[in-house]
Amino acid sequence: MCPPVSSKKRTAGALYTTLAAIGFFPKAELDTFAGPLSPLNGHPNRIKVPGVETNTGPLGHGLPIAVGMAVAGRLAASSRHVYVVLGDGELQEGSNWEAAMTAGHRRLANLTEIVDRNRLQQGARTEDTSALDPLDDKFRAFGWDALELDGHDHLAMLDAFTAPRGERPTCIIANTIKGRGVSFMEDRVEWHHKVPSALQIEAAAAELAR
Amino acid sequence: MSAPAQEIFDCRVAFADELITLAREDERIVAVCNDSVGSSNLVDFAKEFPDRLINVGIAEQDMVGVAAGLALSGYVPFVCAAAPFLTGRALEQIKADVAYSQSPVVLCGMSPGMAYGELGPTHHSIEDLSWLRAIAGLGIVVPADPNETRSAVRWAAAAGTPVFLRVSRFKVPPVTGDTAFTFGAATTLHDGSDVTVVATGTMVSRALQAAEQAAEQGVSLRVLNMSTIAPLDEETIRTAMRETRAIVTAEEATTTGGLGAAVASLVVTSHQPVPMRMLGIDREFAPTGSTAFLLEHFGLTAADIRAAAVELAHV
Repeated sequence: MCPPVSSKKRTAGALYTTLAAIGFFPKAELDTFAGPLSPLNGHPNRIKVPGVETNTGPLGHGLPIAVGMAVAGRLAASSRHVYVVLGDGELQEGSNWEAAMTAGHRRLANLTEIVDRNRLQQGARTEDTSALDPLDDKFRAFGWDALELDGHDHLAMLDAFTAPRGERPTCIIANTIKGRGVSFMEDRVEWHHKVPSALQIEAAAAELAR
Repeated sequence: MSAPAQEIFDCRVAFADELITLAREDERIVAVCNDSVGSSNLVDFAKEFPDRLINVGIAEQDMVGVAAGLALSGYVPFVCAAAPFLTGRALEQIKADVAYSQSPVVLCGMSPGMAYGELGPTHHSIEDLSWLRAIAGLGIVVPADPNETRSAVRWAAAAGTPVFLRVSRFKVPPVTGDTAFTFGAATTLHDGSDVTVVATGTMVSRALQAAEQAAEQGVSLRVLNMSTIAPLDEETIRTAMRETRAIVTAEEATTTGGLGAAVASLVVTSHQPVPMRMLGIDREFAPTGSTAFLLEHFGLTAADIRAAAVELAHV
């Protein structure tokens, strides 16, 4: 099992929980998250956390690294496929488009990018800040295959992952709703980067359990 | 009677030659560049290893990220690009994807300092040593001549840690004989007892000339080739502080954070500091002129080094 390159920076908690569940490190270590001297920093470090293959933090770094990994796979004639998860807001960073050009030019069919298209960034909606649409056409213009799906539909995601690839890199635009299922969080920009209180966690868990 | 002119060399030639030799021995060696095949002297590498030259186009952030991805997949990437654009444009990638990640990437800053002369400050790379020395976990290597360039390239390929290698285009005479490069160790190229000159890169041959000139004035200079800027060879500097009375540093870079600042930090925090002079460029953009002219303009000739050292010898 190779964890994907995660360029999304604010998903460290979900990544650590997943890695612990798979067995990369003891689940008890999760309790140290963000505490003094914990290996589990707010942004993951590959030296400190088993299973983390690349560091994440500054935006627009994941795709170039994933392109390098795909180039390496090509050079080594490996069957390994590289997956990279990007936030949609971070596509405003120019480094992604440098890398998109490289991947398209080199026809890196062993590379799949998943864009978490929740349309929110820290300060406002993406389309009100510096619009990304039409995102699929942008990637096609850069030499990629692009498709859109419901990012909450796991079977649709599985189909997309297992579908035969063409001769180009693949961009999966996963349309999602941030905070889906929690009435007071759903699609609200302030929850892009906010820590819920104990009461809010309880309320959210109750709504999700319904 | 004037001395016969010394033969001088562009270190990029030795760099490319050694890289090709290494690539023949080790298929993990790849070159990553930003349309800089010609300026990095990679034409022959490209001919022999077309698949192992990854030219991403004019895209420095992508270039360093791609190199990190290759390194994390088991390759040994040599990123070859003009130093100002490699270090300035991809600084965050160097910090996060290479140094903080401890990805074994060799970042080769070609044509550094004021090698691009008349092309002006946009193309000069005098800030690189200051920028990069502030980054943890990144080795900084500045070879003084072709022999040391070759040796440093060979070392870097096997180092397994992030390295910045500053490869001179401005031609220099051979000064290191066949001495092998040792990471983190200065070499004494000329022993002396009055003042120590700590020089790096293009300044080393000038420091040696300064030592000859100073001897004629009865002042004995010790010349250290500080080819590793980070980590600094502190022991050799401490010995120089004990055995000579003053220190002069010389670098084709800003004095804000490179060699001079590194040595000065050590000197002023020691129990018995010695007088110091730092030769380099002090937060100033260069006027128009050739590299040789600019080195003279900024007081980086052998005569300038000699003058600074002789002055300190008499303090």
